[in-house]
Amino acid sequence: MRFVFKRSYDDDIRLFKHRPQMFWYLALLVLVVALPWLLDDFFLGEATNVLIWAIAGMGLMVLTGHTGQVSLGHAAFMALGCYSNVILLQNGVPFIIAFPLAGLITGVVGVIVALPVLRLHGIYLAIATLAISVLSEDIIVIAAPWTGGVSGLSAPAFDIFGVSINRYGTPDLFYFLTLGVTLVVLGAYRNLMRAPLGRAFVAIRDSEISAQAMGVNITKTKAISFGISCAIVGMAGSLLGLFAGAFNHETFNIVLSIQLFLMIVIGGLGSIHGAFFGALIIGFLPQVIAMTRDGLSNIFSLGSVTIPGIESGVFAVILICFVLFEPLGVYGRWVKIRTYFELFPFYRKGMFKRQKSFLKTERMK
Amino acid sequence: MSLLTLENVTLRFGGLVAVNNVSFHVGEGEVFALVGPNGAGKSTIFNLISRFYTPAKGDILFNGETILNKRPDQVPSLGIARTFQNIELFEQSTVLQNLLVGRQRHAKNGLLSQLIFSPSVRDEERRHRAVVEEVIDFLELQAYRDKYIAGLPYGVRKVVELARALATEPKVLLLDEPASGLSVEETQDMIFWIEDIKKQMGITVLMVEHDMNLVSAVSDRVLALADGKELAIGTPSEVQSHPDVIKAYLGGTGGAKE
Ligand SMILES: Nc1ncnc2c1ncn2[C@@H]1O[C@H](COP(=O)(O)OP(=O)(O)O)[C@@H](O)[C@H]1O
Ligand SMILES: [Mg+2]
Repeated sequence: MRFVFKRSYDDDIRLFKHRPQMFWYLALLVLVVALPWLLDDFFLGEATNVLIWAIAGMGLMVLTGHTGQVSLGHAAFMALGCYSNVILLQNGVPFIIAFPLAGLITGVVGVIVALPVLRLHGIYLAIATLAISVLSEDIIVIAAPWTGGVSGLSAPAFDIFGVSINRYGTPDLFYFLTLGVTLVVLGAYRNLMRAPLGRAFVAIRDSEISAQAMGVNITKTKAISFGISCAIVGMAGSLLGLFAGAFNHETFNIVLSIQLFLMIVIGGLGSIHGAFFGALIIGFLPQVIAMTRDGLSNIFSLGSVTIPGIESGVFAVILICFVLFEPLGVYGRWVKIRTYFELFPFYRKGMFKRQKSFLKTERMK
Repeated sequence: MSLLTLENVTLRFGGLVAVNNVSFHVGEGEVFALVGPNGAGKSTIFNLISRFYTPAKGDILFNGETILNKRPDQVPSLGIARTFQNIELFEQSTVLQNLLVGRQRHAKNGLLSQLIFSPSVRDEERRHRAVVEEVIDFLELQAYRDKYIAGLPYGVRKVVELARALATEPKVLLLDEPASGLSVEETQDMIFWIEDIKKQMGITVLMVEHDMNLVSAVSDRVLALADGKELAIGTPSEVQSHPDVIKAYLGGTGGAKE
């Protein structure tokens, strides 16, 4: 069991609670930086994929996990980021400008979309955002002169300060680029959550009435949250487009929106860790399923069978299990296991049960 | 001098006149109590001052200026803070984080500086913490600082709500039934705190309370309401012995004390 003795306000303000925690995160950082030397190109590509998912996951987590606003339409903003980035690149804008600019464009569009949409709550908000995702597919097809319509676009070659980066040619550089973006987003996200704006997000999530009574401008703050969220998924979309090499309206379809949402639910809503856990699961699930399938068909000598839809099926089952047995997601489970060991032997079973709140019947709205 | 003034304020919910032509003023440094049976319109008056509702008639003035042109989120910046009858805390946050939200109106840094956590954000955070720590010391919440609200007992939540309102550094504090659901000892603490809030911090208090013990102990003046209308105004003992007040509590509408 560990006691953290706090000596100054900075103990709560700084990023790591205590030295051992900092040590473990540094160890993790060393590991991810060393990955290109540890993995072959195929698995390095998978790791890159997971990081892209994690960036997108952080983007949606800001909005859904921390501000409490559901979005089932974020693939649309990934698409916007991706197309903006590639169109800018095609027009000769250097990557170092095109990439952040694509994120910015997506963020600004996000704010504009948010102002009407975020007046809705709960299921209505979910439906409205779902509609955005449906619409975006059509818009991409209609805007064929820019987007290439159904045949899509292919990502042009790009370089950063003369160093050309290519998923196949230089997979390690592409990995480092993705890792760099991940770390920048992660840093900004952590900073935000220890600053007033992050607290305003959480306040809106937990009680809009009370947030307002404390001086939080609900409309403005929600729109900022949506904007930040969109800017981040826009960058994830850019990376996804470059990673995939070619893409069209189907790359960013509604399934992607829903997968993204399910990913952060499974990972654990309301924590940045959740975005990473979710990304690991969604990134490696297809591999695990493929390997299991191959393994099974070898054992039972079934030949190479493919079961259509198996991925979504397994994913759905995992989701249902989480909703039923661990609503706090993988991260929630991890916190419980960690607490168990930290408090050993004092852990009590009911510890994480939420106490029923009192007298909530007379709410004003 | 009058700090907060209601002038002929009326609010209807459909056919129900929840607040009926109510006027009163709260002087600077005063503890002013609203009493009356359930459904008298006391919480509605708070919601009017917080700008959650807009009166159908009448005006609400703070420091001599109308506040009807303000949004609810602009009210704390005027120096008006409140608690809720039914406790509205941020359940999934710690006590410390809840109190820091109370500092929202003093947050001055822009989005970009917050994203990079610039030195000025860090300095501001330290100042917020200093204020919040003072409030924590004042209300003896040290033991709960890092606890999540979701796991706290009712009595502590009530104190945390008071603390969060104090963290805004208000000029006027609106307390909606600060002692309801509290034990005798906890109510006694609340009496001391309200006295200190008035005397040491110089904060004006407008409160709704059923516990006449508390009301008599701390209030300078009391306004009794029933069915949205004023019954009597005066010192606690004057109001308690007013025939209309006695009638309102004993006859029909009653059920004020549980
Ligand atoms: N949002 C609302 N919609 C409709 N009626 C309301 C609303 N809020 C309060 N009322 C009604 O207004 C009257 C006054 O309520 P309230 O101010 O909460 O009383 P109290 O004096 O007990 O705090 C009650 O009859 C209540 O039912
Ligand atoms: Mg009330």
